[in-house]
Amino acid sequence: MSLSISLAINGRQHDVALNDPRVTLLDLLRERLDLPGTKKGCDRGQCGACTVLVDGRRINSCLALAASMDGAEITTIEGLAEGDELHPVQAAFIEHDAFQCGYCTPGQIMSAVGLIKEGMAGDDPERVRELMSGNICRCGAYQGITEAVLEAGRKAAENAQPQTGNPDTGKDAA
Amino acid sequence: MNKSFKPDVNAETVDGGAHVARPHDSAIKHVTGKAIYIDDMAEPAGTLHAYLGLSTRAHARITSMDLARVRAAPGVKLVLTGGDVPGINDISPAGLNDEPVLAEGEVKFYGQPVFCVVAETRHLARKAAQLAQIEYEDLPYATDVVAAIEAGHDHVCTPLTLKRGDVDAGLARAPNRLKGEMRVGGQDHFYLEGHISMAIPGEDDEVTVWASTQHPSEIQHMVGHALGVPSHSVNVQVRRMGGGFGGKETQGNQFAALAAIAAKKLNVPVKIRPDRDDDMSITGKRHDFHIDYDVGYDDDGRILAFDGTFAARCGFSADLSGPVTDRALFHADNCYYYEDVRLASRPMMTNTVSNTAFRGFGGPQGLIGAERVIEEIAYKLGRDPLDIRKINFYGGEGRNLTPYHQTVEDNIIGRIVEELEESSDYQARRKAIVAFNENSPVIRKGIALTPVKFGISFTATWYNQAGALVHVYRDGSLHLNHGGTEMGQGLNTKVAQALAEEFQVDFAMIKITATNTGKVPNTSATAASSGTDLNAMAAVNAARQIKERLVDFASEKYSVPKETIVFEPNRVRVGNQVFSFAEFIDQAYMARVQLSAAGFYKTPKIHWDRATGKGRPFYYYAYGAAVSEVSVDTLTGEYQVDRADILHDVGKSLNPAIDKGQVEGAFIQGMGWLTTEELWWDDKGMLRTHAPSTYKIPLASDRPRIFNVKLADWSENREMTIRRSKAVGEPPFMLPVSVLEAISMAVASIGDYRTCPCLDAPATPERVLMAVERLKAGA
Repeated sequence: MSLSISLAINGRQHDVALNDPRVTLLDLLRERLDLPGTKKGCDRGQCGACTVLVDGRRINSCLALAASMDGAEITTIEGLAEGDELHPVQAAFIEHDAFQCGYCTPGQIMSAVGLIKEGMAGDDPERVRELMSGNICRCGAYQGITEAVLEAGRKAAENAQPQTGNPDTGKDAA
Repeated sequence: MNKSFKPDVNAETVDGGAHVARPHDSAIKHVTGKAIYIDDMAEPAGTLHAYLGLSTRAHARITSMDLARVRAAPGVKLVLTGGDVPGINDISPAGLNDEPVLAEGEVKFYGQPVFCVVAETRHLARKAAQLAQIEYEDLPYATDVVAAIEAGHDHVCTPLTLKRGDVDAGLARAPNRLKGEMRVGGQDHFYLEGHISMAIPGEDDEVTVWASTQHPSEIQHMVGHALGVPSHSVNVQVRRMGGGFGGKETQGNQFAALAAIAAKKLNVPVKIRPDRDDDMSITGKRHDFHIDYDVGYDDDGRILAFDGTFAARCGFSADLSGPVTDRALFHADNCYYYEDVRLASRPMMTNTVSNTAFRGFGGPQGLIGAERVIEEIAYKLGRDPLDIRKINFYGGEGRNLTPYHQTVEDNIIGRIVEELEESSDYQARRKAIVAFNENSPVIRKGIALTPVKFGISFTATWYNQAGALVHVYRDGSLHLNHGGTEMGQGLNTKVAQALAEEFQVDFAMIKITATNTGKVPNTSATAASSGTDLNAMAAVNAARQIKERLVDFASEKYSVPKETIVFEPNRVRVGNQVFSFAEFIDQAYMARVQLSAAGFYKTPKIHWDRATGKGRPFYYYAYGAAVSEVSVDTLTGEYQVDRADILHDVGKSLNPAIDKGQVEGAFIQGMGWLTTEELWWDDKGMLRTHAPSTYKIPLASDRPRIFNVKLADWSENREMTIRRSKAVGEPPFMLPVSVLEAISMAVASIGDYRTCPCLDAPATPERVLMAVERLKAGA
């Protein structure tokens, strides 16, 4: 059977014919749309390496069926930076040495962008750690990850004060 | 990122030289998703995908194997069994011929690969693999180390005994004696990027293999062995791994061999990537240990005699179990001098996956035995375990010889512990905790300070060599290649920093290229924390060869003495003249100076005679200490780590940011080993914890609430290592023994600190609760 969906990924519209309704969003991104930045860690929704934003909300793309994404707006790690200019969360991850092997990093960053947008963590490291706990880092870079998320969160809050809109969603809103 | 990069020829220091905290060289690629792992590489047209068929018995004879339905399944191009291996069906890294690529006739653990399907897609290969019909005749098996001893299983390799003095006489003489046992669990690596290999066939015998491996030379060797072709026909490349931790030292051999065999048979590229459950079932882990100890000590807690037996669950084959169990013995002293000592290893064959390297390589399991003994003595004498530790430290006249007859020459544990005790306010906090526990019926707290001494060098002395290849191009840019592999530890960054410092050029001038067996041959595994120690020295050696030629050239051309030629930041001073580095290099090129060199390094001073148990296996030691404080809920056994303070020795750090990250990460990973990570085999020998749903590694929320990590910035390696730094990968992994002992203290409070809770690892809440109940019953 074949099923067609239309979705926006990093601001670009894609029309995709799915020859198998069981294709996950993760496999769609990695294997069919040449977007391998989103990683496959456990393929069962327990490690967070495949985190992407769907309509601004963070999800495990390995547990989402591509077929259910018709009309969705998706942001992946490839869609955060503006050219050579890094998204504030990306810059904060480098600044705070928030990774080692880098394999969980795209998921961590997407999760952090989602978390900051949710506005649930504020400036509380405990909350950040709890709300980032769906993203496993086997290298154990949690110290840097927490600091990076806190700093990026603070910057987003400062920037949000005088402006309207939500700068921390990056290109997604464009 | 540096299309028009112009180095500053007037700079006072180079950008990104030694001892600076520059970010990981792939940092921008990591945060933008542009860092390429093997599964992210564009697949060549026609790439096929392989999937493994696994045994469903712990030990059995295969009476029949019908793969007709597998072969007939849609999309299937090839089905391989052991008999299809063109060369030798063996990938034993120990050379013992005990580890088939695919099992033939007999399976020795549940999950052992018996056949391999190659199909158009992974999905089709996976579906087809389920169609096999295999009949077994069960044979006796033992999966647990103690059960294996009871069943009289063989050792997988020759055990080791270390001896000094007369332990029996020492035990008989000692005023106090204690005997005990401890179980220490294994650990799955859970590298976020699982194993993967992609093989691309070439002309004649040639094949190129991309593998996620810490040991490309061994992959090359094993692929050649399995294909029946010389090593020169196999090229192995590694750009980076998404974590390794020892799990990719030997465990990639099987996947690489199968991908290569299939690729050569079909003459198309073949990729194999087991899914997470299979990866965890098929690949070896940290060895579980059972430790028996018999110890004599005096009334001050000084250990007089130590007799320890360290038995390990090795799995069905030797793999690296010999050196792993050896290293357990090398660390069963930790920082402590034993007057009379005997340490014995028992590498037990078990019907489980063959256990392998994992950060610390047996060292942690040896060290934890020493720390358990300290704890037992302390509780018996009613003292703070820290006092017992200090009294037993190496040091002073006649107290510096290890059980393997190496003299401890660089001991700084006294200063490390003293500074940490002070900076963490250990004594006051311990008092406060004892007071808190008196009035707290449910929540109990504990605190512990534990030290680490870890020996640096491969105990296989010949492994302590490395090569590097350095080219300088006419524009002054450099190409760096070395035998080490990047798995997130920042090796490439540190080696490039050492090279930048040596040449006095900015880091950005150096391109670090993928590890490639065609560029640097006969490399050692990136393991034993030695990556930077070995490879940076080899890179610097290459640089010095080139520099020597450059100095000769300039001295002759400008008629100046050699000592007036100085490499300054991005420029070269030749007598009274100064040239930019690029300008100078171009002059050398025009004068036909060779601008490329292969560097080499071998660690000096080390030697080891396993037969006599004597030598100097380690070039030097790395030290560290940690204080951990925990709260335990005595009704549920749950706990949290409230605070951890660490002071760790990395010598004169090549990159303090990377080193600090290693220390933090190792602590978290070691904490997982000792607390939540539990491997569980059922009575059929099946590993039940084969996914993150049941196998719990630490999360961000498990991190100590307060986490103070400091490098001992005053430390300098007394040996001539690369810029006086020390290795960092493994030593800090043992710092969280302090977490286990802090939990132990909280539990001990129930018995008024008179009984050692003898908490085994991992101290899961269940095990903590059992210890609580044990102490309550005893009180």
